[in-house]
Amino acid sequence: MGVLWMILAPVVIYFLVIGAVHNIDSAGTKDINKPIPWIIIIAIFTPIAIGLMIFGFYSVKGEYDKLPDSSNKL
Amino acid sequence: MVEFKNNVSFGTIVLYMMNKNPSKGISKVIFSSSLGTLIEWYDFYIFGMLAKTISVQFFPEGNDTAALLSTLAIFAAGFLVRPFGALVFGRLGDMIGRKSTFLLTLVLMGGSTFLIGLVPGYHSIGIAAPLLVLLLRLIQGLALGGEYGGAATYVAEHSPANKRGYYTSWIQTTATLGLFVALGVIMAVKSNMSDASFTAEWGGWRYPFWISILLVGVSIYIRLKMSESPIYSKLKKEGKTSVNPLKESFGHKANFKMVLLALFGAVMGQGVIWYTGQFYAQSFLENTVKIEFMQNREILLWGIGLATPFFLVFGALSDKIGRKWIMLTGMLLGVVFYRPIFSTFLKDTNAKEWMADKSNIVNVPFKNPVIKIDTITKANGTAFITHRKNAFIYRSDTRFIQIAADTVFVGQDGLASSIQEDRKPIYTDKILSLSLKWKFIFLVFAMILFVTMAYAPIAAFLVELFPTKIRYTSMSLPYHIGNGVFGGLVPFIATLLSASYANDPLVGLWYPIGVAALCFVIGVFYLPNKKDKNIMD
Repeated sequence: MGVLWMILAPVVIYFLVIGAVHNIDSAGTKDINKPIPWIIIIAIFTPIAIGLMIFGFYSVKGEYDKLPDSSNKL
Repeated sequence: MVEFKNNVSFGTIVLYMMNKNPSKGISKVIFSSSLGTLIEWYDFYIFGMLAKTISVQFFPEGNDTAALLSTLAIFAAGFLVRPFGALVFGRLGDMIGRKSTFLLTLVLMGGSTFLIGLVPGYHSIGIAAPLLVLLLRLIQGLALGGEYGGAATYVAEHSPANKRGYYTSWIQTTATLGLFVALGVIMAVKSNMSDASFTAEWGGWRYPFWISILLVGVSIYIRLKMSESPIYSKLKKEGKTSVNPLKESFGHKANFKMVLLALFGAVMGQGVIWYTGQFYAQSFLENTVKIEFMQNREILLWGIGLATPFFLVFGALSDKIGRKWIMLTGMLLGVVFYRPIFSTFLKDTNAKEWMADKSNIVNVPFKNPVIKIDTITKANGTAFITHRKNAFIYRSDTRFIQIAADTVFVGQDGLASSIQEDRKPIYTDKILSLSLKWKFIFLVFAMILFVTMAYAPIAAFLVELFPTKIRYTSMSLPYHIGNGVFGGLVPFIATLLSASYANDPLVGLWYPIGVAALCFVIGVFYLPNKKDKNIMD
């Protein structure tokens, strides 16, 4: 399943960029037509998507197969 | 009296005391932490709830700079500044202590809220008004990012292991109760004055902001009397606090992988369930279903009021059966029932069906429903657009207003050539019958119940996932990304989806359903169902 999370991350960013390109419109009045929300959302989602890729990578490597039963083992 | 030998550690003494007399002082700890957090949520919500009035006062239409500042106030405060606040105050909380840090966030939040209520409008001081409001809103976001982690950690570190879920669930009620109080205060102020008095530059909309300073003052007084978390004090005494919590939280693989697991396997789904139940439902009932303003809030208040005790029920249950399955069940119920619930909202308020039932109608009060006529002159004649407004009242007490714009074409000879009736009139200000109102209260209650399942155990779950020295930092960031970013995006993505698939009024629900489903799958396969008895590490 880790591979799935690794693929999902760039897909999310791709759809966000496509969404921005299609919806930013100087004549529009909604938030989705303004560039600022898209810039903020893509800026905050890029590290989150990278986090999802790392999560997938850890999963593939078996890092989550056995979790510590106490936080003092971290 | 119990005496401890010299070689017994301070931590052992703390553990002994907590387990021997776990309830002693805990009520005070819970009350002081919850009250402050509740007030912070109240402060954060009133800005959103009064957004329309605030927009008129500070961000007037037609001014591009004000519009840009308005967008920044909405998006930057929730998406950028909240997670940033989690990092800033999380780090402080792990380095200097929980008590001082969440006291600071309270002062910042209360001060900025009060000051928003004092900023003169755009018409008095020009662009300085939206700039000041933006700055204060960003401080609010920053403070909110730091408050929750501190309060949850503080209560958890005072709680005995077998009641950690129950005691921290009091903190979990605050986000919902803050909404409840904000709604109640705004309704109380609004119902005691005219619309004009409420929305004037120095009108009633400012009162909820001014009230905040009293609430914060009381909370600061109570919190000042509290002592530091015993577990953190022990760590500090032993010189084991972290010198770089950010590096230890996100730079060490063993801890970072747990941060990612907390985000993608729990908080991400909880965030969208929380936002959809508490905010999207209210917005949908008001803007899509078009229920009358006061009745809409009454429905929400009842739903929240009846469901809130279940935070405590599920928090306590999580102490017995573990946190995982309660949280995931809340998410799954949202995935399964959101579309049927929202579909029922639409079907049961179909005004066309109400109008078809002529036998129950009591009164159509407007004898002359035309409220305005627009004239459009064309080369081949003139068109008059008549705007008419009719109120319909039924025996069941169901009421609504129909607004339509018909077009009358008049040829050059001065005779009406055709009349085009508005095929899509707007049905608004709907007031539901008593039975239907209670049905809607039940449906809102059900959605808040899903929130209580997903949200009640999350504080204990996060606290148990991370070690004491970096707990505040490690749990705050995923929490605020899950709630502020994933949850806060619900209305934006809903608008985005509605623009692309205009024929489906429920299309906006696919975002919370998709995120909650993804989180559910990750949670089922990866999350541990543990109750960490020892959080002293």
